[in-house]
Amino acid sequence: MKILGISAFYHDSAAALVVDGNILAAAQEERFTRKKHDATFPSHAIAYCLQYGGYSLNELDAIVFYDKPLLKFERILESYYAFAPKGLRSFLLSMPVWIKEKLFLKRILRVELGKLGYDSKSDIKVLFPEHHLSHAASAFYPSPFAKAAVLTVDGVGEWATASICLGEGEGLTVLKELHYPHSLGLLYSAFTYFLGFKVNSGEYKLMGLAPYGQPDSEEVKRFEEIILTELIDLKPDGSLWLNQKYFDYATGLKMVNEARWEGLFGFKLRRPEDPLERQHCNLGLAIQQVTEEAVIRMSKEAQRLSGAENLCLAGGVALNCVSNGKLQKTGIFNQIFIQPAAGDAGGALGAALAAEHIYFSQPRKIKPGRDSMQGAYLGPCFSDLEVKLMSKKYKAVFQYFSHLPELTASVAQLLARGQVIGWVQGRMEFGPRALGCRSILGDPRNTEMQKKLNLKIKYRESFRPFAPSVLAEDVGLFFEYEGDSPYMLLVHPFKENRRMALPANYTDLDLREKLYYQRSDLPSITHVDFSARIQTVHQETNPRYYELLQAFKELTGYGVLVNTSFNVRGEPIVCSPEDAYRCFMRTEMDYLVIGDFLFDKRDQPQWKEKDHWQQEFVLD
Amino acid sequence: MEFLKDLFEFMKERKKWWLAPVILVLLLLGVLIVIGGGSAVAPFIYTLF
Repeated sequence: MKILGISAFYHDSAAALVVDGNILAAAQEERFTRKKHDATFPSHAIAYCLQYGGYSLNELDAIVFYDKPLLKFERILESYYAFAPKGLRSFLLSMPVWIKEKLFLKRILRVELGKLGYDSKSDIKVLFPEHHLSHAASAFYPSPFAKAAVLTVDGVGEWATASICLGEGEGLTVLKELHYPHSLGLLYSAFTYFLGFKVNSGEYKLMGLAPYGQPDSEEVKRFEEIILTELIDLKPDGSLWLNQKYFDYATGLKMVNEARWEGLFGFKLRRPEDPLERQHCNLGLAIQQVTEEAVIRMSKEAQRLSGAENLCLAGGVALNCVSNGKLQKTGIFNQIFIQPAAGDAGGALGAALAAEHIYFSQPRKIKPGRDSMQGAYLGPCFSDLEVKLMSKKYKAVFQYFSHLPELTASVAQLLARGQVIGWVQGRMEFGPRALGCRSILGDPRNTEMQKKLNLKIKYRESFRPFAPSVLAEDVGLFFEYEGDSPYMLLVHPFKENRRMALPANYTDLDLREKLYYQRSDLPSITHVDFSARIQTVHQETNPRYYELLQAFKELTGYGVLVNTSFNVRGEPIVCSPEDAYRCFMRTEMDYLVIGDFLFDKRDQPQWKEKDHWQQEFVLD
Repeated sequence: MEFLKDLFEFMKERKKWWLAPVILVLLLLGVLIVIGGGSAVAPFIYTLF
């Protein structure tokens, strides 16, 4: 079976190609169009998937869209009906989009696919699985488990905002659902909004902010109590009821009723570039802790209902790696697999896999102990010729390495000298994380690296932490964790013996003061609460990156690097050599590696392009 | 026509016949929007619509 999965029209459009149960290719549209979270029809991503697989659209057996538009429309109409006459303005604004476009999704798909050569008279099946089924399929089918509980949690799909399924063999059975407007994802987004970050992209900033809060402080406890008594009713099974008196998303154009929230928490809504104060951090910590509790309760319920020993996770909330780490520590499940593209982009892959195994009843190929995501390296790769052509276009000066060990030894030396390296090689990652194929790398021992990367390379907020890539076999040397974390979706604490003594009043210090203290022997990847978002690097899935880490270890004794995505604030992660070179030249990055080519910033001709990234990309 | 067929099957499956007049009125409004060439820009910040 040759199946194309598509997600589009809401956020993070993407396409994925599954052939005979194998995931051949998957990519997000934003990487090609250079518009972050691009929601338009993923023409470029589809073209890439087909080109990679060597198929035309008319050779496919099915094209699968990741949700059911009519069911979503039913939810929208019923919600407006339930809240009427409140929400009239929002209703009048949203209806034209539906009446003109979204209700006729089949026709739009046909028109858009027609531009890519699709013959609408062909007998290719066009299917629409439910949104949460697509998420569940994206987590269960690539997992290494024959049987597992599957938990999906996000903002909202059609009606469901969270679901518990049982995955067994080729089957996925829905056991329980939580329905709109009650949603853990929307609750977290509401706090993201109130704390001055962008809904739908700033949630991970809130997660990074939470550790700056004062654990066990009176203020955090008070905020938690307000959340649990006024805003939500969290049930023992993890389901929750959101008091709509305080929220505006169902009927208005904002996430929350600002005046009521300001009255509840005692401070004003934070504007995007306002300074971050203690109360912001403490509220961030409070909602993070409530979220963790809800996810743990949902997982216990999933275990109770399914009787399974392993868990698969997907949906936007599954990108909350702090909560994932805490869940793993509870030991409710033996093993957890989290879909690396857990957000809506991954829905494209899930939709294709659901069609393969549920609609066409094709058998799964389970590889015990190894998931079938291939390290999430499912995007395009570029040849030496393409790098040379790009270099010619920009008169870029490079050094070519015909032997990988020489390249990795040189790069390791540069890293150890405090240089910041753009590292592009192999197939681009699918999902929001850069995993060593489109990454910016630095030396984690360097005390200035976090500041340098945040302010001079990424141009983003100084409080934001960086994540480590570590040789898989060395993870236990640095962290209180011994397992795999290939997709950077688990946060675990640093080993006690690597932590440095901090002043007694450390937790009471404000955000900026906390950043001044060195917290471990790897300061630039140790967050203020001694935690780290770990990526374990495996030779089987990323041999070049693994070799670089080995070279760095030989030189310094540390098989760890700072790994952050190759982009600036507001920009999608780079895809092509040209994207990488432009980003390299427009920031204070020192070196760029593309495949076997090394570019030294000092050797490059002056960047004459008049464009500037701040004008090109909207800040997120 | 295909849309009306899909809509009929959807309402039959979900037993939500009361949606039929609402959707029909909205579709008539939609015709006016199309004739008027009005904008159909998504108004909101999240995926609710």
